[in-house]
Amino acid sequence: MTSLPASTGKRLGLVIDLDTCVGCHACAVNCKEWNTSAGASPLSDVDAYGADVSGAWLNRIHTFEVTPEDAPAQIVHFPKSCLHCDDAPCVTVCPTGASYKRPEDGIVLVNEDLCIGCGLCAWSCPYGAREMDPVENVMKKCTLCVDRIYSETLPEEDRIPACVRTCPSSARHFGDFNDPESTVSQLLAERGGIDLMPEMETRPVNKYLPPRPKTRSQPAAAPATVSAPVPKADGFLGWLDAALDKLG
Amino acid sequence: MHPAVSVIFFTVTSGAGFGMIFLLGLGFPVDASALRVFFVALVGGGLAVAGLLASTFHLGHPERAWRALSQWRSSWLSREGIAAIVTLVVFGIYVLIWMMTGSRQHFLGLLAAIGAATTVFTTSMIYAQLKTVPQWNSRLTPLVYGAFALGSGWLLASAVGTHEAPELWGIALVVLAWGAKWFWWARAGRARLADSGSSPETATGLGFIGKVRLLERPHTGENYLTREMVHRIGRKHAARLRMLALLLGGAAPVVILAIVGLSGAPSLFNLLAAVSMLIGLLAERWLFFAEAEHAVSLYYGHR
Repeated sequence: MTSLPASTGKRLGLVIDLDTCVGCHACAVNCKEWNTSAGASPLSDVDAYGADVSGAWLNRIHTFEVTPEDAPAQIVHFPKSCLHCDDAPCVTVCPTGASYKRPEDGIVLVNEDLCIGCGLCAWSCPYGAREMDPVENVMKKCTLCVDRIYSETLPEEDRIPACVRTCPSSARHFGDFNDPESTVSQLLAERGGIDLMPEMETRPVNKYLPPRPKTRSQPAAAPATVSAPVPKADGFLGWLDAALDKLG
Repeated sequence: MHPAVSVIFFTVTSGAGFGMIFLLGLGFPVDASALRVFFVALVGGGLAVAGLLASTFHLGHPERAWRALSQWRSSWLSREGIAAIVTLVVFGIYVLIWMMTGSRQHFLGLLAAIGAATTVFTTSMIYAQLKTVPQWNSRLTPLVYGAFALGSGWLLASAVGTHEAPELWGIALVVLAWGAKWFWWARAGRARLADSGSSPETATGLGFIGKVRLLERPHTGENYLTREMVHRIGRKHAARLRMLALLLGGAAPVVILAIVGLSGAPSLFNLLAAVSMLIGLLAERWLFFAEAEHAVSLYYGHR
């Protein structure tokens, strides 16, 4: 059903720390690996070893340059995947009911057997979170690794999304935003969270932690002036000094 | 946005078809011979059906298209599918009774007309609902779709029907439709992505630090998003295409209608005006997609 639930029991999602992300793309690679082998259908590529490589990914890492008015530019690596919005437009536009938001935990999913591949959900998403699978011809998106987080066979420490599990700089955190004790809620309380494009009124669940302020280097002090008198040379150097002085 | 040929063809032809169904349902005069009625209805219904069939060609799984009829509570695309099918069925029954008895059931006709108007409105709302494409996200979008459907529908109906001197009305409807489009274009010029309040700063939330610029894309090649929504190649000939749309879609039909009206030539010549307008509308619809800027392009360093 493509009507949105009024509220969801849990609000599962990610907190992504833009301060610690090093832009290594490991989250995107692990996401691709997990979702091409464990999902309903492979996450396909076309011409993977050719000149015109293309494929569906659920997580992509952009890199931005941010230039303050009064300081040098800084680089911010910016991982972007589905934000599992509370008011997800991709769900309500779906004509078949393939796209849905789960009332129990708020995860936005696609039922691939119902998807007709019309692409309207991707058009309605401001974040580019959905990509058409070039081989399966159905819409693919981040599942928040629904097949990991509820798994009863994976080791306990692996029951988090693949991107979170693999992040070497702990820039990605997973949890329930409805639980004030969860890591993600506490990070938000401590650091403040950014909503992407709030003007689109999608109310994203995923939040981004802002980069911490950079230490600003002090303006360089004026070079020390030579004030001590130059010692007077004598002998040959004294003669040379006097002769050169005369030359002007 | 990527201008998909199937969707351009669909919106133009089904618009004309449902425009014609709207007029026939409201009682557009047609000589009572059953064969003539059948032929006229075939043009209207056929265009509508051809458009709907074309629209399924851009689906990844056309064989599942019937599933699109289930989500009318929230989805304009679903509503469109239902409205189109209901309208075509009602119109079919209306035409059948008309052909068999020679008399038109006004109530059924009215239902078909309401259905046709609803179908064109729901089509336009598929685009007008999208906040991600500010140029489409306007009440003017349904107005333009409706006006073009009515105008092109009138030209077709006037060519095959038996309306007394339909040319004057035709000219008025064509001029009104392009007037609406003129307003749409004027608004679209002011409602570009850059004017919408969305920017690389809001897209990343980093505006509080300073000016944001994309340094590096996630990958060197293209992907579904850049092909579908960051598509800019189609804008290359925008000015020329706009001129072509106005000439073929507006000026030429008006001139043809004026000549037919003044010379007393048979109304069948209005078909030339209709075909010219439909070709012009294909160019107009191409630009509707190609010039539209999607919010996701902010993540790819474009507008």
